[in-house]
Amino acid sequence: MDPITDSAREIAAAVNLREISAAEVAERLIPHVARLDRHIGAYLELTPALMRERAAIVDRRIAAGERLPLAGVPVAIKDNMCLTGTHTTAGSKILRDFIAPYTATVVQRLLDAGALPVGKTNLDEFAMGSSGENSALGVTRNPYDLDRVPGGSSAGSAAAVGGFEATLSFGSDTGGSIREPAAFCNVVGFKPTYGRVSRYGLIAFASSLDQIGPFARTVADAALAYDTIGGHDPLDATSVDRPLEPTADGLREDLHGVRVGIVKEFALANLADAGVRACYESAYRELAALGAELVEVELPTADYGLATYYLIAPAECSSNLARFDGVRYGLRVDGDDVGEMYERTRAAGFGPEVKRRILIGTYALSSGYYDAYYLKAQKARTRVAEDFARAFERCDVIASPAAASPAFGFKAKSDPVAMYLMDYYTIPVSLAGLPALSVPCGAVIPEGGTRPMPMGLQLATPLFTERALLGYAHAYERATRHAERLAPVEIAAA
Amino acid sequence: MSTTAIPRGDLTPALLDKYEPVIGIECHVELKTATKMFCGCPNVFGGEPNTNVCPVCLALPGALPVPNAAAIDHLIRAGLAFGATIPVHSKFDRKNYFYPDMPKNYQISQYDLPLTQGGVVRYWLEDGSRAECRLTRIHLEEDTGKSTHASADGRLAGATSSLVDFNRAGVPLMECVGEPDLRSAAEAVGFLETLARTFRELGVSDVKMEEGSLRCDANVSIRLRGAADYGTKAEIKNMNSFRSVRRAIESEIARQINVLETGGRVIQETRGWDESAGVTHSQRSKEQAHDYRYFPDPDLVPIDVTAEYVEQVRATLTELPFERFVRYVDEFGIDSKRATQLVDDAPLAAWFDRAVTASQNPQATVAFVLGDLSRLANESGTPVAAGKVTPDALAELVKLTSSNAINSKAAKQVLETLWNEGGSATALVEREGLAQVSDRGAVEALVDQVLAANPKVVDDYRGGKTNVLGFLTGAVMKESRGKANPALAQELLKEKLGAG
Repeated sequence: MDPITDSAREIAAAVNLREISAAEVAERLIPHVARLDRHIGAYLELTPALMRERAAIVDRRIAAGERLPLAGVPVAIKDNMCLTGTHTTAGSKILRDFIAPYTATVVQRLLDAGALPVGKTNLDEFAMGSSGENSALGVTRNPYDLDRVPGGSSAGSAAAVGGFEATLSFGSDTGGSIREPAAFCNVVGFKPTYGRVSRYGLIAFASSLDQIGPFARTVADAALAYDTIGGHDPLDATSVDRPLEPTADGLREDLHGVRVGIVKEFALANLADAGVRACYESAYRELAALGAELVEVELPTADYGLATYYLIAPAECSSNLARFDGVRYGLRVDGDDVGEMYERTRAAGFGPEVKRRILIGTYALSSGYYDAYYLKAQKARTRVAEDFARAFERCDVIASPAAASPAFGFKAKSDPVAMYLMDYYTIPVSLAGLPALSVPCGAVIPEGGTRPMPMGLQLATPLFTERALLGYAHAYERATRHAERLAPVEIAAA
Repeated sequence: MSTTAIPRGDLTPALLDKYEPVIGIECHVELKTATKMFCGCPNVFGGEPNTNVCPVCLALPGALPVPNAAAIDHLIRAGLAFGATIPVHSKFDRKNYFYPDMPKNYQISQYDLPLTQGGVVRYWLEDGSRAECRLTRIHLEEDTGKSTHASADGRLAGATSSLVDFNRAGVPLMECVGEPDLRSAAEAVGFLETLARTFRELGVSDVKMEEGSLRCDANVSIRLRGAADYGTKAEIKNMNSFRSVRRAIESEIARQINVLETGGRVIQETRGWDESAGVTHSQRSKEQAHDYRYFPDPDLVPIDVTAEYVEQVRATLTELPFERFVRYVDEFGIDSKRATQLVDDAPLAAWFDRAVTASQNPQATVAFVLGDLSRLANESGTPVAAGKVTPDALAELVKLTSSNAINSKAAKQVLETLWNEGGSATALVEREGLAQVSDRGAVEALVDQVLAANPKVVDDYRGGKTNVLGFLTGAVMKESRGKANPALAQELLKEKLGAG
């Protein structure tokens, strides 16, 4: 029994059977994470006191005869989710000193299920970014090459699980913020259908796209995590009020009878890097080898995804982030009048990418531009969703790259648009609200790199078919075992 | 910026007749619900600042709104009361602007798909005349907090610091937008009064002006009488009573007439009403108008209202104040002032209606209800409807009076006893022996007695001082201990005095 490397299922089983106490799990994790995280930087705040407190509660509950789905499982929480008494910063200077006075629904469900919070993880400021570099509060390194980014925006959550600093972690995905970093950090990253998981207590970036989901080292663990956090929440009006189909008992071993759609517009021939191309070609062959029938499907609007997303998401964020004004909480920089206070506070509190998106979004919603930009983007979004619906008439699941490259070096994408392109494959899926995940599918030694870096295969299925999606991913993972072939960089005990 | 007061006296009737005012009212009404619009905080007035708040109405990071179904129900009820259309699809939008007492720096409101569209408010004026004003829409939104500015005049400009109380933030608010159908300040007030009465009757709002639960803005323009096009309008804000609505509109009409008459041009702007100075002053011109960047709130799903639901709500609507007013005036023949008095006291009106059903005599009933009965109620502090007098007992009293079974003095006495003890008027009259004496012989005996006892007065009468008749009638009544039929007594007195 090793609470650092074992799966969440194994830890929960052992704690429920009292083979190991939650307190022992906590005491193993606390020094281990403290040592590792000096190098990886996955966490903005470690919460050892809370972890011990929760472990004591779990042990009491187990002793009283309860069985808890995540008994003693160490979890990491992206720092845009509220947890009472912890800093909840969204990776921004404007919330650097904000301590949440309430707990997000997802986090509460995790605590109730017996999970132990290791800490709050780093992210691109307000979840805006694809490398983690937009965090104003810390640097997170890729556990598979410390000179490379972990991906983003859920940078710390991906790095924590990939680097064995937590068993499960939770991130939010707006245009790819779970799937892309999962691919970069050799873990499974799962974004459920929009509306499946409560957003109450998640600091909003783009409300119509944001969705919380788990990171795990196995599909089975991702399924367990999803079954724990999913389901209707009366505190979130967009959360869907229909029964949650359990996924953990729907995992399958083969893909016989499954039609896998390969998107014509996402032709692998377009990939610049031969190694990346070969990796995905091999992944598709592996799907076929498992019994799947590969069919070509068309997503004619796929190329408009990025432009559509970069109108809708900034429009929503320009409004969502208006509340950070220095009046009630967070950073305040005084001025001669309230207008000047707003300006100074927001100028000092927000980083350049956040400001860029607020400006774009404000413009897109302005009188005289609304129809040309925001409204048109909404229409395009509908078309993208219709394209997917048509494609799913011909297939059960769509497979594609999760990202066009493995993890890149720090400061490699200084042009914002080059960074935006990292989400080329994930954004259309987000616009359609579909459930999707990234599952490890091999490794590539990047140009200029020395170590093989993990790659991720994106699988997406129709709305509310999480059970089928996780089943397919499980079959692929069990047959290929790509994640197990890579190990994080050795971090010397010091 | 013009803040010069223009006394109404400066405007000749000819000038007032030359121009026709065109007025449209927009008002915000706080809804009566158990909880706020988008969170579970109680919807109550006042309290220690910032005690009635939660993550949602304080707009903490990550908090989300969930709509209050009762508020939506109230809005549909209000719309249906005025014959509005309830669209199948509606939605909430964000109205974006920064203000310290608005926690999210956007207000959740409704832009292009309000919950109710159209409708007509039929109302009456103080003089009893009737008119109507079309509604553009009624939509649902949330209230803001309250700012207190530490400056000499309580305004933001010049303040060194401000305090914000978020207790009111998130209280459900309906915005009623009227068409520019009003032609005078009096019409504007009549319109607002009927809106307020109707909302109270429907139970959707308490409409307490003193607590700011009804706040209104007026769009005012003038045009040459007979002109087809509207003039340029000014929007008047900050009127917090019906009285100030009347004064502000009158003052603004006078200002605009003065501007045009001196060769000026009315500009489109927002003007604030200064209650103490009695004038409006310029606040913001059209050029400085906000771009609110409305867009559908992505935290909330569209509202679908089924036809069945609308019919369910419609079926619960009962007689509305305007309909009641019309019934009292047209069917019952009650004058408009007294009809208004009744309509404005819904429990009293309901009690009155039961009494009329029993008495079949609305005129006599209203005289009691708004006369002696209301006096007794005011003196005791117990409303009529909560008192011991039942509608049936009053109806008996009305019948006893109109059939001359008892005289008015006795009626007063019966009513007071009923007020204190309850019971039946007929039984009381019997018990107290208050039945009016209309027996000719009995009254004649009393008349003779009085005439014999007052020979000097009799001489005065016969000498031409006929006004002593009242004294003599009073003496007869006194002799009868109030029970004699006064009309009969007077008749007999005249007869005997004339004959003498």
